[in-house]
Order: sequence, then C-alpha cells, then structure tokens
Amino acid sequence: MKPSNQHDEKKPFPWHLVFFLGPGLLIYVVFSVYPLLDTLVLSLYNEQQGQSHFVGLQNFITLITDDTWSQAFWNALGNNFTFFAIHMLVQNPIGLILAVLLSAPKLRLSGTYRTLIFMPTMLSVVIIGFVWQLLLSPIWGISENFLYSIGLGQYFDAWLGKESSALITLAFISVWQFVGIPMMLIYATLLNIPDDIVDASVVDGANSFQTFWHIKLPLILPTIAMVSILTFVANFNAFELIYAVKGALAGPDFSTDLMGTFFYRTFFGFQLQQGSASMGAAVATLMFLIILVGVMLFLFFIQRRIQRFQF
Amino acid sequence: MKLLSRFTPSTGMRQVPKSVTVHAVLLAYTVIALFPIIVVIINAFKERRAIFRDPLGLPDSDSFTLVGFEQVLLRSDFGLYSWNSLIVTILAVGLVLMLGAMAAWALTEYKFKGNLLITFLFAMGIMIPIRLGTVSILSLMVNLNLVNTLTALVLVYIAQGLPLAVYILSEFVRTIPKELTEAARCDAVSEYKIFFCVILPLLKPAMATVAVFTMIPIWNDLWFPLILAPGEETRTITLGVQQFVGQYVTDWNSVLSALTLAIVPVLILYTIFSRQLIRGLTSGAVK
Repeated sequence: MKPSNQHDEKKPFPWHLVFFLGPGLLIYVVFSVYPLLDTLVLSLYNEQQGQSHFVGLQNFITLITDDTWSQAFWNALGNNFTFFAIHMLVQNPIGLILAVLLSAPKLRLSGTYRTLIFMPTMLSVVIIGFVWQLLLSPIWGISENFLYSIGLGQYFDAWLGKESSALITLAFISVWQFVGIPMMLIYATLLNIPDDIVDASVVDGANSFQTFWHIKLPLILPTIAMVSILTFVANFNAFELIYAVKGALAGPDFSTDLMGTFFYRTFFGFQLQQGSASMGAAVATLMFLIILVGVMLFLFFIQRRIQRFQF
Repeated sequence: MKLLSRFTPSTGMRQVPKSVTVHAVLLAYTVIALFPIIVVIINAFKERRAIFRDPLGLPDSDSFTLVGFEQVLLRSDFGLYSWNSLIVTILAVGLVLMLGAMAAWALTEYKFKGNLLITFLFAMGIMIPIRLGTVSILSLMVNLNLVNTLTALVLVYIAQGLPLAVYILSEFVRTIPKELTEAARCDAVSEYKIFFCVILPLLKPAMATVAVFTMIPIWNDLWFPLILAPGEETRTITLGVQQFVGQYVTDWNSVLSALTLAIVPVLILYTIFSRQLIRGLTSGAVK
C-alpha cells in the first residue's frame, strides 16, 4: 500500500497532502520560521536615515565591545546565568523532593496536593509578579509581620528594591511559581517505574533512601535532564516577570535586567535611547544562539549518553 | 515466616511517622503555594483600612466591600479585555488543534519528499521560542496591516502552538492501527473522509491534552499583546491587568480586585481541566 507516493507515475498530484499539510505549514513558516531566519539576517544590517546597509558582524562587535552597549549586554547575560543557576539549584531539587514525596505508595490526598501545588504555574507571570510585589511591600507589611512572628523580623528588608537582592528575589518568585513543572514531570516518571524493580530492591534489603538513590534516581535522570533544558530555554527567554515588577528598565539600576528585557529595550528603546530594529535583531540572534547551543549540547551529549529506559 | 515476623513490626512502626512527615511537608508546601493567591483574593473584598489593619483576616460584615471591583469594572474595560482574550484563545487553540491534527496526520501517514525536513522544522519550534523572531514578526504585521488587530495575535499563536501540537498528535496517530485506514482505502473511501470520519474522532483525547497545553501560554501571554496589539480596543486581559495595576498602584482596593478578576477565570479553567492536564503530563505527552 503506497497511497500517496509521489514517485509513482500513475498517481495524480497529491492534493490531499497539500490540503492536510498546507495551511498549518504555511502559517508556521510565515509567522515563525521566516521571522526567525529574517531576524538572523537583519542582525547583519544597520539602518541609517531609513536606509539599511549590510554591516556584517559589526552589530555583534558593537554589542560585545562598545562601552555603552557591552556593559548592558554583559550585565544582562550575567544576570540571566544567575537567574538560571537559582532555578537549577532551588526549583528543580524542590520539584524532585515534592515528586518523590507525592509518589510515596498509598499516599492519601496525593491528587489534591498535586493539583494545589501546580496551581501557581497556571497563572500569568504578570499576576504572580504583582502579587509578590504586594506581599513583599514594606507598606503592607505582611512579610515583615510574618518574619517578626517567627522571630526573624530584624532580617526583613525591601528585597525587591535593593540592587543586591532584587534579582535573587525575582528568581525565587519565579521558582515559587514554576516548581510545579519539574514536580509533575518527575512525578510522572516515578509513577511509571514498575513496582517489581522497587520491590526487588526492598527484598534485597535496601532502605527507602538506598532504593531511591540506586534504583529510582538513575531511572529519572533522563527526565531531570529534560527538566534542566526546559528550565534553560524558559529562563533565557524570560521577560514578563521582570517587566511586570520592575518595568522595561529592570531597576534598580538594571540589576534585574535579563536578556529578554534587554532585547525589549534595544528593540523599542526607552528614555535614554532610541529603539533599533537591527540591534534588537542582533540581541535576539545572540539569544537564539545561546538557546540553540544549550539545546544542542543537551541533545548531543546528555540525551545520547543517558540511556532511555523502556518499561 | 521468620523473616516476615522480624520485619513486619519494624516497618509497621516506622510507617506511621514516615507518612506523617510526608503529609507535613506536602501540606507545608501547599500552604506556601496557595498563601499569596488567597491573601490577594480575601483582601480584594475588604475595606482599605481593614486591608492594612488585618491583612490575613477574612472579610467580615464590617470590612466587606466590593468597592474595588466596582472601580475596576467601571474605570477600565475589563469586560472588553476578557472578551479579547477569550476570542484570541478560542480561535488560536481551535485552529492549532485542527491544523495540527491535519499536519500530524499528513506527516505520519504519507511518505513524500521533504517529510523528514518538515518534521524536523516543526520539532525545532518546540525548543526555539517564537519570541526571538519578534523584530521580523512586527515588520511583517506592519506590512500586512495587521498591527492592533486580534488577527495578528491569532496568527502568531497558531505558529507558536503548532510544533507541540504536531509532535503530540503525531505520536498519537502512530498508535492508531494501520488496519483501520487500509480497510477504508480498500473500500475506496477518500483520504479526506478517512481523516475526518475515522481518524479525527480517535484523536479527541490527545487533542484535549494539546488544547490545555496550548491554551495556558496564550491566555497568559504578555509579550505579543504588548508588541502587536497594545491598542485600547485590542488589549488582552493580561496586558490590561499589567497596565491597570501599574497605573493605579496606590489604589489598593482596585489593584487587589483587578488581580482577583484576573486570577479567578484561570482558577475556574484549571479546576475544569486539571484532570486533563495532569493526565497529559503523567502519560508522557510532553516527553
């Protein structure tokens, strides 16, 4: 049966193929693939007095070396790595612990816990940003009073307003919101581990920690790797939270600037600077390359080496 | 028997405190997860003085007020914003499902030149955020005269949602037994009829999962509404809340009410679809 083989001379033109694939492919290519490629090309041009001309890699050189640009660029990139590191060190381990606890055998209410803990993940980052801004606000004093009630009141500070702590605070807000994703993905993998393997290890005398470390952890490593790459892509693409809480200027003094907000400012401009499409395209291209390199490293080194277990 | 009698009491003894610990940790985390949301919602129904005097208390007959909601609903176009969001989300999700199912079927069922390339092209879209093409998307929309229209958003969201939809639905199409389609072809049923009458009904459960995964990022998106459709008439709820809350940041009643108005629809949607979402996640739809 070769219902639609183009090589088969007797068959007519495969109109059904055009019908099924055409509309989706057309929209996808026109509004996603083409703009992405066009952005890469645009980053090699410069516009002056409405004229655009080819400048090669000049935009990138400007971005990385020019005094006015490079400071902002390296600052945003560095902040982005800090943002990512906090997610990897806090969000994913907490997600793992919650998943392990949720998958405890015969746990009552596990469905309820799962549903409730996942709830913040569903809400818009914009809403979450404002909610935490209110909660951490010294004017309202909810956090302050809470800290006093547990005897830690003197440590309260306007965390979101200080250069030294604003980025870390925002990262923790984001961790709080998205911890449900690693939790769910790891939980699903844990549920799929067949009982016999776990039982065998228990019969062999392993305690629950040993069973987790030697049996379950190796089996969920591929999921942890996937969670890491999803975290990476999401973090290096983050924008909404910073914009909602701190605005496009990512204050105080750009201390919360990420690649996403830097991209937005470069493209649209702000008080001190006019927006530039080609410089914006250059920033987007660098973000594209960073994400692409991350994804490729993941596919070629991690995904390949970690054996996928078929249950 | 000897083995059992030696182990049963000790595991039995240890199981009780262990499950208590598990519950304590999960309960503590559930409180952490829900606390901020609950604080905002209960304070939205309180008078300004009560918001500050007793932020954690429930509204009582003295402090209960709807003044914040009145102000939000009268002073801004929340109804319009919600309507815009609803239209964009329904159209985009519906078209992602339809076009995604058709493309998934074509890519898995038919062998043709470029099949692998197109499959790869869609797969790339799962990882590479469409946002990085914004500079060109905006100039494209300017050229097509679509800036400040909901059509622009729908088109971009279809392009954004298709890769994952095609991926998940392709996996699902593969599990459909070949005999079904082959039998239909022997009876000279057209390819269109095979897809719409045989395949599409079978894809329903997978499409429900895809719908939930596609819907959430669209409903919550700020980036594209901010860039492609910031006009008063086309604002979505997320953009509306963002601008409203930024503008009236000192009017606590209004801010808390606006946040509540934005949270509640999502919570309702979540309670309706959470089973579908969790089923999708736990059946490995996104692996």
